[in-house]
Amino acid sequence: MPKSLPTESLLKVRDLSMRFGGLLAVDGVALDVNEREIVSVIGPNGAGKTTVFNCISGFYTPTGGDIIYKGQSIHGLADFKISRLGMVRTFQHVRLFSQMTVIENLLVAQHRHVNTNLLAGLFKTPSYRQKEQESIDRAIYWLKKVNLLEFANREAGNLAYGQQRRLEIARCMVTEPGLLMLDEPAAGLNPKETNELDALIVSLKEDYNVSILLIEHDMGLVMGISDRIVVINQGRPLATGTPNEIRDNPDVIKAYLGEV
Amino acid sequence: MLETSLYFIQQLLNGLTIGSTYALIAIGYTMVYGIIGMINFAHGEIYMIGMYISFVAISGLTMLGVEYLPLILFITLLISVFISSTYGWAVERVAYRPVRGGNRLIALISAIGMSIFLQNYVRIAQGSRDIAMPSLIQGGWSMGPLDGFQATLSYMQVVIFIVTFITMTGLTFFIAKSRMGRACRAVSEDMKMAGLLGINTNRIISLTFVIGAALAAVAGLLLGLYYGVTNPYIGFIAGLKAFTAAVLGGIGSIPGAMLGGLVLGVTESMTSAYFSSEYKDVVSFGLLILILLFRPTGLLGKPEVEKI
Repeated sequence: MPKSLPTESLLKVRDLSMRFGGLLAVDGVALDVNEREIVSVIGPNGAGKTTVFNCISGFYTPTGGDIIYKGQSIHGLADFKISRLGMVRTFQHVRLFSQMTVIENLLVAQHRHVNTNLLAGLFKTPSYRQKEQESIDRAIYWLKKVNLLEFANREAGNLAYGQQRRLEIARCMVTEPGLLMLDEPAAGLNPKETNELDALIVSLKEDYNVSILLIEHDMGLVMGISDRIVVINQGRPLATGTPNEIRDNPDVIKAYLGEV
Repeated sequence: MLETSLYFIQQLLNGLTIGSTYALIAIGYTMVYGIIGMINFAHGEIYMIGMYISFVAISGLTMLGVEYLPLILFITLLISVFISSTYGWAVERVAYRPVRGGNRLIALISAIGMSIFLQNYVRIAQGSRDIAMPSLIQGGWSMGPLDGFQATLSYMQVVIFIVTFITMTGLTFFIAKSRMGRACRAVSEDMKMAGLLGINTNRIISLTFVIGAALAAVAGLLLGLYYGVTNPYIGFIAGLKAFTAAVLGGIGSIPGAMLGGLVLGVTESMTSAYFSSEYKDVVSFGLLILILLFRPTGLLGKPEVEKI
């Protein structure tokens, strides 16, 4: 398989399959995410959405198919290398470093931006100080953006749930990703918080040129912000299209509501 | 009355001396456990190797005609820390990384194998008999009547306290403030997430082994000077003691390891002083059993939260 394929889309997934023993959890899923695009993956519970995510983000090594990001195959790459290419994700459950402070969560996510030389760190060379300062500045910028600046020195585990969700997105953004993968970011949020999240996600695309791959059950959110939607049912691709096309697609309605 | 209190003070000083070196070794256990959840049973051997390297380095430097004692000790410390850290790094690379992610039992057996290997390697290379070294730091301050019992704080004990204190403070700052320390904490909380955020977790794991081995080497030098004698088997019992100290303080917690070491050291010296020195190991390991039964999280440990 060639390492590099010509491609126009940012992320290109072809024929993805994932087998757990006898269970084929994902079978033949294909999807594309273009630059500055919000793509949602939807489907009934147990459809394999999260498994698709886990394969793309390097959490699992898929048993078949190609995942090409910026023209480079990322099949079997170590997780930290995938993230250094610019793909970063959140999980269904909040996975902050809960015993670290809010700002430390953002600083540790920028670990790779700073010179990795241990001696430079011990002697605090000017370039090291400058990089460290840039990390702090970037962290503060994002804390302001998600309205958490006043909690900067609070332990992350002590934040309210909605705040933890926002902090997770900020933590992804300080890594300066090209593709942000959000797994049910609105789960457990109240309607007001969901609206704020909606605005935040759109702003990430509009103002920071980030592409977003989203798994979400909140159909209002999905239909409102997605450029395209991929529907998966029982591990297999069911439909792809714009929100309007998906809304009227009889197969999708059947998958969600059952045979009438 | 005066005599009994002086006697008590003397035992306390002795206990704190031994305890602070237990603490230095215990940190190696606790850091590795905190990050990859395994007990590095070869850690005691790294301490033993550190002590051997100190002996060799001190005799080498003396033979070369270096006479200024602080210089000898400083160079020895650097050599011992450097070589022992290399051992710590290599042990992880060779014996643990290939089996990581598998069953925990495999890593445990690999660790025990590594321990036996290192012990016998030193035994063949250096001989199985005790090797001794004249005590380099002599004298001390005495307290009490000239004709009665005197409590003595030897200069050697002072050196042990100071070096341990500096090392611990340095480590605490490193973990709390530095960029690498921050990454260590992140990896120990959620290794997978740290990886997904771009942290090279393998490198952080290597770093914890290197730090643990460096601290064990410091303990090796200090106790080598204190006892003035070593053999290839000291790593086993020292490792068990330090492991006990780590569990006592709460395994995974660095302040816990420091506290656990001190508590264990004082307990041992008090047992020897007021009961019988033959029972000191019985009491320390009895303490381990009691802690495991009644407070498995240790003195400063937090209850384990199952990671999903």
